[in-house]
Amino acid sequence: MSKTATLNIKDEMVNLYLNNLDLISEGSSSLMNHHREEAIQNFRILGIPTLKNEKYKYSKIESVFSNEYEKYFAPKHITFKVDDIFRCDIPELDTHLALVLNGFYMPNPNRLQVMENGVVIGSMIDAAAKYPHLFEKYYNAQAENGSDGLVALNTAFAQDGVFIYVPKGAVCTKPIQVINLLMAEENLLVQYRNLIIMEESSQANVLICDHSLSPKRFVSNVVTEIIVEANAQLEFVKMQNEHNDSTQLTHTYTKQERDSKLITNVLSLHGGFIRNNLYMQLAGEGADAHAYGLYLTDRTQHTDNYTFIDHAVPNCTSNELYKGILDEQATGAFNGRILVRRDAQKTQAYQSNNNLLLTPDAKIRTKPQLEIYADDVKCSHGATVGQIDYEALFYMRARGIGEREAKLLLMFGFTHEVVKQISIESLRERIDDMVNKRLRGELSRCHSCPMNCC
Amino acid sequence: MLVIKDLHAKINDKEILKGINLEVKPGEVHAIMGPNGSGKSTLASVLTGRELVEVTHGSVTFNGKNVLEMPAEIRSREGIFLSFQYPVEIPGVSMVNFMKAAVNEHRKYRNLEPLSASDFLKLLRERKELVEIDSALTNRSVNEGFSGGEKKKNEIFQMAMLEPKLSILDETDSGLDIDALRVVANGVNKLKTAENATIVITHYQRLLDYIVPDFVHILYNGRIVKSAGKELALELEEKGYDWIKNGN
Amino acid sequence: MANEQDKILDEVTGSEYKYGFVTEIETETIPKGLNEDVVRIISEKKGEPEWMLEFRLKAFRHWQTMEMPDWAHLNIPIIDYQGIIYYAAPKQKPSLNSLDEVDPILKETFDKLGIPLEEQKMLTGVAVDAVMDSTSVKTTFRETLAEQGIIFCSMSEAIREHPDLIKKYLASVVPVTDNFFTALNSAVFSDGSFCYIPKGVRCPMELSTYFRINASNTGQFERTLIVADDESYVSYLEGCTAPMRDENQLHAAVVEIVVHDNAEVKYSTVQNWYPGDKDGKGGIYNFVTKRGICKGKNSKISWTQVETGSAITWKYPSCILLGDNSYGEFYSVAVTNNHQQADTGSKMIHIGKNSRSRIVSKGISAGVSNNSYRGLVKVLKGADNARNFSQCDSLLLGDKCGAHTFPYLEVDNPSAIVEHEATTSKIGEDQIFYCNQRGLSTEDAVGLIINGYAKEVLNKLPMEFAVEAQKLLQISLEGSVG
Ligand SMILES: Nc1ncnc2c1ncn2[C@@H]1O[C@H](COP(=O)(O)OP(=O)(O)OP(=O)(O)O)[C@@H](O)[C@H]1O
Ligand SMILES: [Mg+2]
Repeated sequence: MSKTATLNIKDEMVNLYLNNLDLISEGSSSLMNHHREEAIQNFRILGIPTLKNEKYKYSKIESVFSNEYEKYFAPKHITFKVDDIFRCDIPELDTHLALVLNGFYMPNPNRLQVMENGVVIGSMIDAAAKYPHLFEKYYNAQAENGSDGLVALNTAFAQDGVFIYVPKGAVCTKPIQVINLLMAEENLLVQYRNLIIMEESSQANVLICDHSLSPKRFVSNVVTEIIVEANAQLEFVKMQNEHNDSTQLTHTYTKQERDSKLITNVLSLHGGFIRNNLYMQLAGEGADAHAYGLYLTDRTQHTDNYTFIDHAVPNCTSNELYKGILDEQATGAFNGRILVRRDAQKTQAYQSNNNLLLTPDAKIRTKPQLEIYADDVKCSHGATVGQIDYEALFYMRARGIGEREAKLLLMFGFTHEVVKQISIESLRERIDDMVNKRLRGELSRCHSCPMNCC
Repeated sequence: MLVIKDLHAKINDKEILKGINLEVKPGEVHAIMGPNGSGKSTLASVLTGRELVEVTHGSVTFNGKNVLEMPAEIRSREGIFLSFQYPVEIPGVSMVNFMKAAVNEHRKYRNLEPLSASDFLKLLRERKELVEIDSALTNRSVNEGFSGGEKKKNEIFQMAMLEPKLSILDETDSGLDIDALRVVANGVNKLKTAENATIVITHYQRLLDYIVPDFVHILYNGRIVKSAGKELALELEEKGYDWIKNGN
Repeated sequence: MANEQDKILDEVTGSEYKYGFVTEIETETIPKGLNEDVVRIISEKKGEPEWMLEFRLKAFRHWQTMEMPDWAHLNIPIIDYQGIIYYAAPKQKPSLNSLDEVDPILKETFDKLGIPLEEQKMLTGVAVDAVMDSTSVKTTFRETLAEQGIIFCSMSEAIREHPDLIKKYLASVVPVTDNFFTALNSAVFSDGSFCYIPKGVRCPMELSTYFRINASNTGQFERTLIVADDESYVSYLEGCTAPMRDENQLHAAVVEIVVHDNAEVKYSTVQNWYPGDKDGKGGIYNFVTKRGICKGKNSKISWTQVETGSAITWKYPSCILLGDNSYGEFYSVAVTNNHQQADTGSKMIHIGKNSRSRIVSKGISAGVSNNSYRGLVKVLKGADNARNFSQCDSLLLGDKCGAHTFPYLEVDNPSAIVEHEATTSKIGEDQIFYCNQRGLSTEDAVGLIINGYAKEVLNKLPMEFAVEAQKLLQISLEGSVG
């Protein structure tokens, strides 16, 4: 935590960048390389955020970087079939599948698929070469390189990731599923980048699943930029299910145009240290944003969600619900900021954060924020911290349900209010099932992993 | 079946029950009446194992077993059912999941296999008809946003699902419209057999017109001060509680 | 209709600050600026013992190492701490009749403010300590109170007469080093009130301190300390006004409350410092640290504030709930109009078992003002069964103002229940129409609605104050409703 330690991480990263710039650039695309220099300069100024940074008050990011990590600047050739070691937990789901291994897009069988209706799913590198106009317009257009050192760091280092493009009017009926796998023989830091473009009146559901497959320390620092143009609709579900030695630092930026609808659902089922930043900008009138989140933590896990919903124009609505259960020595934080800018009249913004603390050692910090500069608005927020309701528990026991089972049912009911927002039924059922398993402790070993790493 | 002997109980150091004696045999219907705050619901709480109430003296046995030592869920599985005066809302937990868990726990206790999903749904449908409960209610979260009357009906529906040996109905009639009252009472009567018993806690004769009690007890200030046949309820309705208070 | 409403709003919010007069009285001041010598001069003028001087010097030295806090949602212009006069006292003419007499000019000033200093003229049931600039002018009803063992006097006097109590309690709740302004205050505070309620005594009347800034270029740094011994009770009121001046004046006060077993302190404030003019010129910078500790079991602190004045307000009356079963509450109405800025709220720190707290905050913003609620509820590990409920509502009158809510909830105990709710809204046209339809003018309707909105808080004030506060609300919003 000392200043010198921070300096060291910063210098180390900058040196790493300078020493490997050729490799990094070579393994990426010129349109991404183009942004690196400015980003590393920004990082040089900003460094890794400290606890003094109000936004990172409850998450000690520096300590994450205090370990030694390998950084790959080219995909490692791994000679196995992913199918052999990894089974998706959502098997009934018929999806367009994309695989990312240690931050690099895996050919499946190609690195870029173009569907009949023009929908594109593929690697950032290949997409940049094929669709330069889209990259020039959208890549790094939202990411705040000037204020968050982690974002700048990602922009400086990111080489690959997933690109999804749904052209004007296209409706993608099959969900798009991206599976991010971490697997290495040494501790690993990965920084990749995703870009999702929803053109006018398009529709899609995107599901991101994060898994760790080997018993090593992993740090992922990921930036995702999402553009939802007029009348388009996107449901973006992210499921974090990694082991206790993994760290996820995610930065998701969304921008919505007129009458668009976006639902984000961030389900942090398992992971050692998770920090999710979600920035939602309502930039066109009539836009509708929904931000849902669930965090289930135990042992010494830490999950921190920061959300910022920016009502920049009139007549938009936002609805936010984050819920968390903290068991054993887990710590959690929620910081939700809603900004209603001057003249963003007729805004409706609702936010709620509820937490259950199960043990004397669990801790929660919650900080909802409303900043409102327009008068004709309806805004509210609420936050609660509590425990399982005694009356409800007794009611269930009086019906013959045992205490443990009753508690599980109540916790499940608590989480279901988030899960039920998922629109695809089969996915919703699978996630309900995973949450149920998680609450019963069955997921506490990363259960899809045959290696029993933790 | 149920034997209560000299039962004393307190809530937060305040003695509420001051020596209750009561015996309920299979097939019997007992009505308990008494002014507000006299301890009727507290007695129901003691029988069902609410931890808030502390038993300081006396005993309760159910089919020969000491009830007071059992946790709430075991009492339920033994066959004691309480229709709550104030049913609890449980957001997020669907009625179906709730009942499935309860029914299967009861079955497990009796060494029976859990019901398959289809058998369970069949049972659910059947019992819903019995108490004429609106289908939509079982698709919602437990009691959440139910009207007062719907909650009470839902209690009887759960009773039908669990088929208890002893049912304690705590003011199940309050908040019911005339039709619902009849439906609830019919439900209770349909479920009645020679083996099970019912304790009806109520303020009104009206319910007792439908569910005819074998005995009526008047609970006053933590004690049963008077017990008699069904005519006692009529007498009470006519004379009011002052009659009891004045020491008759 | 909307236009008409705007007009009425303008009228309602446009009214003048009625306490803005200046009293022409000779004032003794010291030169501008702050250094160790100034601290020594202040201490000397007060005739203080050595230990108090040491206390001040230590505070001053620490202050020099500190920086002004910048985390609040406020836009504070740079303050030149060397441009302020740190001591100013009205020179009282020696009276012919009795040494106890107050200079007639001062008496007149306070009469004009509605605070008569002659006991026979006073509302019975309220004892007043009147403070003008840096000194206490007069404390009423002292003898009556003394009969019950209650000490109510100026801070200067308390330092001389009750050194043991002061040594024991001063800075025991708000450490000198707590923040930039407490360090500054500890170095230069000039006066304020001290109040001690002995064991088992219910203070028979409201105690009150009335603060008045009169001299120009001065800052006011007062210090209040209230100690309620076991089983005692006191209700304390505080009011304040200042003349209209084009310059900004600094007010940095510290209030400390200590409450022992089974005792209760109610602290009410009606803050009406000069808010500056319509264009944001002038007004008081009100940077205040108020904190109480519920030291004993079953102890209780209740903060009530009606904040209508000041150009900038930075203020978070807080409770440290140390005793088991202790209770803290904070009820606040904060109104900002024109260019005013307020960042205010409360902190509830739960340490004792079964400690409970409640926060009710009602913000009203008009003009181009910004009004923020900022609050912390912290439940420490040992605070079993702690309970907090916070309700923070904001009302926006006009489309150029801002209303913000920044609650912090930090919970380390699994048996605690902490709930926060906040809403933001404007006065509905349907509400106004409903009132119009029942024959009320729009202006009356708005007044009615605002008073209804603030009622929960106003009800907490002692009677005489509540009426005043209600009027004040209306006046400070004059011209702003549409
Ligand atoms: N949770 C509680 N905490 C404190 N006192 C309680 C509690 N529950 C019940 N009591 C008290 O116990 C006494 C008996 O209450 P009880 O609910 O058993 O009355 P009742 O006979 O059911 O009345 P009613 O006809 O109004 O339902 C009352 O004085 C009541 O205030
Ligand atoms: Mg009752």
